[in-house]
Amino acid sequence: MPDLLLELFSEEIPARMQKRACDDLKARVTDGLVEAGLTYADAAAFATPRRLALAVHGLTAGSPTLREERKGPRVDAPEKALEGFLRSTGLTRDQLEARDDKKGRVWFAVVETPGRPAAQIVAEVVERVIRSFPWPKSMRWGAGSLRWVRPLHSILCILSDESGASVVDLDIDGIRAGDTTRGHRFMAPEPFSVTSFEDYEAKLRRTKVILNAEERADHIWIEAHNAAFAQGLEIVEDKGLLAEVAGLVEWPVVLMGEIGEAFLDLPPEVLQTSMREHQKFFSVRDPKAGQIVKFVTVANRETADDGATILAGNGRVLAARLGDAKFFWENDLRVVRERGLSGMAEGLAAVTFHSKLGSQADRVARITALAREIAPLVGAKPDLAAEAAGIAKADLVSEMVYEFPELQGIMGRYYAQAAGHDDGVPEACEEHYKPLGPGDSVPTAPVSVAVALADKIDMLTGFWVIDEKPTGSKDPYALRRAALGVIRLVLGNDLSLKLGSICESAFLALLQTYFDKGVLLADVPTGQSYKGEDGKPVPQTLTEKMESFDRIYSLPVGSTLFVNTIGTTVELGKAGSGSHVFSLADQRHVKTDLLAFLHDRLKVHLRDEGIRHDVIDAVLAMPGSDDLTLVVKRAEALSAFLKTDDGENLLQGFKRANNILTQAEEQDGVEYSFGPEPKLAEDATEKALFAALDRAEAEIAPAMQTEDFAAAMSAMAGLRAPIDAFFEAVQINTDNQIVRRNRLNLLHRIRATCLEVADLTRISG
Amino acid sequence: MGQTHRDRPRSFQEVILRLQAYWGAQGCAVLQPYDMEVGAGTFHPATTLRSLGSKPWAAAYVQPSRRPTDGRYGENPNRLQHYYQYQVLIKPSPPDLQDLYLGSLEAIGIDMGLHDIRFVEDDWESPTLGAWGLGWEVWCDGMEVSQFTYFQQVGGHDCHPVSGELTYGLERLAMYVLGIDHVMEMPFNAPEARIPLRYGDVFRQTEEEYSRWNFDVADTEVLLRHFEEAEAECARILDVPADDPKTGRRIVMAHPAYDQCIKASHIFNLLDARGVISVTERQAYIGRVRALAKLCADAFVQTEAGGAPS
Repeated sequence: MPDLLLELFSEEIPARMQKRACDDLKARVTDGLVEAGLTYADAAAFATPRRLALAVHGLTAGSPTLREERKGPRVDAPEKALEGFLRSTGLTRDQLEARDDKKGRVWFAVVETPGRPAAQIVAEVVERVIRSFPWPKSMRWGAGSLRWVRPLHSILCILSDESGASVVDLDIDGIRAGDTTRGHRFMAPEPFSVTSFEDYEAKLRRTKVILNAEERADHIWIEAHNAAFAQGLEIVEDKGLLAEVAGLVEWPVVLMGEIGEAFLDLPPEVLQTSMREHQKFFSVRDPKAGQIVKFVTVANRETADDGATILAGNGRVLAARLGDAKFFWENDLRVVRERGLSGMAEGLAAVTFHSKLGSQADRVARITALAREIAPLVGAKPDLAAEAAGIAKADLVSEMVYEFPELQGIMGRYYAQAAGHDDGVPEACEEHYKPLGPGDSVPTAPVSVAVALADKIDMLTGFWVIDEKPTGSKDPYALRRAALGVIRLVLGNDLSLKLGSICESAFLALLQTYFDKGVLLADVPTGQSYKGEDGKPVPQTLTEKMESFDRIYSLPVGSTLFVNTIGTTVELGKAGSGSHVFSLADQRHVKTDLLAFLHDRLKVHLRDEGIRHDVIDAVLAMPGSDDLTLVVKRAEALSAFLKTDDGENLLQGFKRANNILTQAEEQDGVEYSFGPEPKLAEDATEKALFAALDRAEAEIAPAMQTEDFAAAMSAMAGLRAPIDAFFEAVQINTDNQIVRRNRLNLLHRIRATCLEVADLTRISG
Repeated sequence: MGQTHRDRPRSFQEVILRLQAYWGAQGCAVLQPYDMEVGAGTFHPATTLRSLGSKPWAAAYVQPSRRPTDGRYGENPNRLQHYYQYQVLIKPSPPDLQDLYLGSLEAIGIDMGLHDIRFVEDDWESPTLGAWGLGWEVWCDGMEVSQFTYFQQVGGHDCHPVSGELTYGLERLAMYVLGIDHVMEMPFNAPEARIPLRYGDVFRQTEEEYSRWNFDVADTEVLLRHFEEAEAECARILDVPADDPKTGRRIVMAHPAYDQCIKASHIFNLLDARGVISVTERQAYIGRVRALAKLCADAFVQTEAGGAPS
């Protein structure tokens, strides 16, 4: 059982690509080997900045010989048929065998595919994998045409067993596979040969290369932790940075250095971001002072001066960077102290948010209006919410955020404090971006919640209006994330909000933006023509257009623009002399589409919480579904109910009633919705059902009114026994047409009563 | 240590001279700066145009570069609106280019035994030149000292063969090697020269003058007009039939056209510094310069230097 060792030695592979490349190399090579008929015991892949390596243990020495028996034409079949068979099998006539078959004498062929040695298969598979490797970005170099992530220098490819190692015969664009590699670029650059994976790994270690990325990361973490601990300090944990740094070094050497005294009073986020993003340093914190006081850098080598030169150089670079940061910080503080954060926010007018959605200042105006409207619904003071919304984006034009975009929001909080804002406003500046993803925390402070919702709903409505919705994998404006943000803000804070009407307000605020800019809005061709009474298209006069109002129309400069997307006609003002004309999505669909999108995201979110999608559908079909908290309460209650015995049986009873009723209605061409007459009830179970329905209806209506779904469900559960008994005892389709009609009307009443609670027709099973 | 110390250059110009000597010894033609205002050494036709086509090429040169928006009136320790880049371009990229590059660092006194040199992913793209490549920024003890790029496309053309490009930011690199914290304090010539000059003696005043002009005084009307004129002239030059009636020869004027492209690009940078270009317009201007760069690249590959059969 030989072992395979493969190493692809190249110039420096980007750190972020190494992990994925390991997985791809392992999967593609082992899949290829197995497809070609080999088996193996186990495989592992490794990456350093300069190499991708794969070790496959317990490989079979060759693929087995395959015998395949194939039935051909009858012996007396025409010559043509036999020729075809010979061609397809690659045999000659004397190699065929005539055998007796049910249909008479028939030609049989035994096709034998000989097994092949592992080395040959490995060579083929490795070449194929290299030539089609799925690097996120690959390149050519020199005069060649081979593509790799960076120039590929050598290939080590050996098969080894007890008798020794042999090089696999392989040549890719002039790179001939061998059994040699190199150690660390600076500390041990001489080539050496290896005989097995164990030998390879051990020799690499001697030549200052740790092959395993996890081992490098562990080493960095432990050394850094120890160095900090020895001085009573701690490392700020950062798994992403740790993985990245482990991908930048083959021989990690941890060095800890000082941050200049002058920079220690910068906000910790600024220190951390500057060190992390630009220098890939870890931050070292003094837990007693709660301050970042030192840095840890990871060098790629040992030196005669124990890293003194390296540390000094890194310290100087950091000082220059932090000098810049301090300069930005002080400048920004001066601006907000002199002119307030709203003074800084004036610069937002020059920052385009989206060419069809105006500047950041326009957006702030919209968010401010929306936040004011949302505030009372989330327990915030409208003035505070508007104050926060008005300055929440101001830091986008600060020097610090220009330099460090990832500090947006955080700098807003600092600058809001410096400008004298209070009462949750500074926190809202930071938190209104949240939650940023499924793992991020949801703000709970009322002012933050109001601004965060306004921010996201404006964004969603805006992109829906200009028809740039996410499609497939394309979501350049992260609208799915915004929708999930709305959902988590609402559910996480147990808010009862009519999202539909908030979206309408957002839409009106957007129209205001267009008006302020004097933008002309163009009609969208929908394939619909405006028809006169005789059914023929009539020329569209301005008046007619304005009467049909369902969308926004292109109007001459100076005319009055109206819109009634939301059911009421609103006069927005005079259209100015705008230079931009563009089309909007069909406005009638914006709100419905957007709610449907939010519902889709809600389904995904609830599915992760373990609620079935048909249960959610049953609830979404009910009125008031733009109140997500209500939807979830209903879904949870229904989900719990359906898991009980009563629930399951009631569902069956409901479906039976519904099926019979639907069938009869289709057959008779009428709707049995007149209301059944109790006096026409013949059977005792029928009478009992009337009584049960009276009881249930009397309970369900007030329970739904107060959103007490458990009570509504239990009232519905009370119908289970009477319905079961009714179906047991009574024939619906009796000959007496009066009784039959009354019973069908009774079924209708059952259906209507249950549908008050949830659309059970959508529940599967 | 003693060895290293003696080996260290002592002035800005010595760093440059050593790089010139080193790359000259490696077989590069040591060219002189291009005589036009450019934003980076890449704009020199010895890089942009010569990276196109099949003909082998090896050149090294200093290129004064201008980035009007980086002006700080000579006050910032690291930022300048006029600075020097050292540029090396070798086509096809040799297999030992990384080692050659490391040799150049040793030549300017960086001791490989004491410093930590790293190749950190940094893909290069020039939207104005319609060019991109893959490579790294090279770090020395955490400081970026060079850009290292394998050109994949220039002026919209695939590079075949691929050129290897090295760009050193000379001031920053020299400050590091010389241990200087403020660029204006850096010795320009030898400190023991009869008239020792520091970088500030040469450039502080010009930084101040140009910062003011770039940000506040440059006549934007005139610049806008120059931009349009350069753009029109570039296209016009390339529209002229290649057959020259006077000499009877075929003369494609790729370089004169490319000069106009360079000019348009620099004027765009000036307009940008004057703050008269909005975010949306910005993209449009970049697109217009790129269109010129593409026209020039198309023209150059029809010339002999561009590898067209003569």
